[in-house]
Amino acid sequence: MKISQDRVIGWVLLAVAFSALSSLALITTFIFKEGVPIILKQGVGNFLFSNDWYPGEGKFGILAMIVGSLFVTLGAMFIGAIFGFGCAIVLTQFCPRRLVSIIKPAIELLAGIPSVVYGSIGVVILVPFIRDYLGGPGLSVLAASIVLGIMVLPTVTSISVDALQAVPRAYREGSIALGATQWQTTWMVVLKAARSGLVAAFILGMGRAVGETMAVIMVAGNTLEIPLGLTSPVRTLTSNIALEMGYASGAHRQALFATGVVLFVIIMVLNTIALAVSHSKAAGGRR
Amino acid sequence: MRISPANTQRIMVVALWTLAAMTVFTLLFILGYVLYHGLPHVTWSFLTESPRRMGKEGGIFPMIVGTAMVAGLAVLIAGPIGVATAIYLTEYTREGKITAIIRFGADCLAGIPSIIFGLFGFVFFVITLGMGLSVMAGALTLAIMVLPTIIRTSEEAIRAVPRSFSDVSMGLGATRWQTVTRVVLRSASPGIVTGIVLSIGRCISETAALMLTAGSALRMPHSALDSCRTLALHFYTLMREGISPAHAWATASVLIVVILLINLVAYWLMRRFVARTV
Repeated sequence: MKISQDRVIGWVLLAVAFSALSSLALITTFIFKEGVPIILKQGVGNFLFSNDWYPGEGKFGILAMIVGSLFVTLGAMFIGAIFGFGCAIVLTQFCPRRLVSIIKPAIELLAGIPSVVYGSIGVVILVPFIRDYLGGPGLSVLAASIVLGIMVLPTVTSISVDALQAVPRAYREGSIALGATQWQTTWMVVLKAARSGLVAAFILGMGRAVGETMAVIMVAGNTLEIPLGLTSPVRTLTSNIALEMGYASGAHRQALFATGVVLFVIIMVLNTIALAVSHSKAAGGRR
Repeated sequence: MRISPANTQRIMVVALWTLAAMTVFTLLFILGYVLYHGLPHVTWSFLTESPRRMGKEGGIFPMIVGTAMVAGLAVLIAGPIGVATAIYLTEYTREGKITAIIRFGADCLAGIPSIIFGLFGFVFFVITLGMGLSVMAGALTLAIMVLPTIIRTSEEAIRAVPRSFSDVSMGLGATRWQTVTRVVLRSASPGIVTGIVLSIGRCISETAALMLTAGSALRMPHSALDSCRTLALHFYTLMREGISPAHAWATASVLIVVILLINLVAYWLMRRFVARTV
């Protein structure tokens, strides 16, 4: 009965293989079950577009945090994309092999450093610097953007490196043979061919930036106002949850779950875009 | 004024190398800063004593134990599930709708931020299943969090095993399961272990999810149902509440040294793995 044994194992493995998907379903269910009722009670428009967050009075509006998350994420992606793409281009186009084996593990290590360490370094180095030279309290959109930018860099770099490496060598060689410089080849041929992979890298990096919590709490200042400039303090969606979860109960706790629902939806939209883009890349590669 | 292609090339090479150099410098700066401020305070008694006065005095032994318990349990749970999923995806089925759905689940899970895992762990494990803030609740939450990483790395490792290995084994009359366990997994093990080691690293550096699931008790966790405070959360608390910068950086340097070791092991395994398959 050897054959049936294999079949049984196959079924067991299939059941186990669904655990990732069922976890995803469980997470979605529980977060929405806890968070959605209060959004409906407050009214979707009121919850998303009002700026009154007074848990004591039962007023929950998260506009300031949505804007805060948006500002910080855009700032982080500005830095993360320049450095992330830059490193990826250097690693795949300009770098001798021996140096690759130093720079690549260094960037991977950057991904392994705990976010609380990034946050603390930000607090002791960056925040005083911003306060002294640019004004404001130091805890600011700018500080959060820089710290997050460094944190998303490894994500952007590693996915872009994969995309750039997938570009057929012949493209490069053809361009060089036609007399283009190395940079012209990179800019006009390689980057163009890897475009969809680079877009996916950018969007996944963005997801990381939106979702990061601890480092942002430490350097962003967490005030409940819509930030007016780079040096204003902000509170993001993630820090709102982490800051208040410790003592929240009742409607307040539900409102924090509702904040989680908004965050969850944003992340899912970003992930879906990234997946769709990188799938179209896979199709393009086969052509 | 037009810049000639040759000059653009020079400018861009300099600019790009500057970016790469700044990145590496940032890493070295962070490592250097933490170790410089922390290592002098790391003594034997710091590593083996319990904290006193909220961590202002004493050591971090309960946090080391707590971190090891949470990370160990998480990987113990996620490891077998992840590897089994990878075996199913690579050896027991063809690419089709089912594999696409499973991969979609893993990909989505990979993108979810840790604070959402924390919220879920809090409402599901801590409250609904009644585990309370505990090592177990934290470990289960982290297990779901690292599952996609383990699935992906194991899948890549298994795919890198030459097809001929399993063909020969099957040709000699072995069943699929015998082939998988004795031939395929053996060749793929360095790659699989790399994924698991990196997952341990991720568990150790996680803070947000554990704050909501494992709690922040300063006591020594005696069982999986006790609350515990991990090293990363201890560092955060010491830093944020200004309890003791010296002890905070000392905790951080213990954390950084462990992360460095984990990355070294992973890197070494990966090289061995690549050397064997090529």
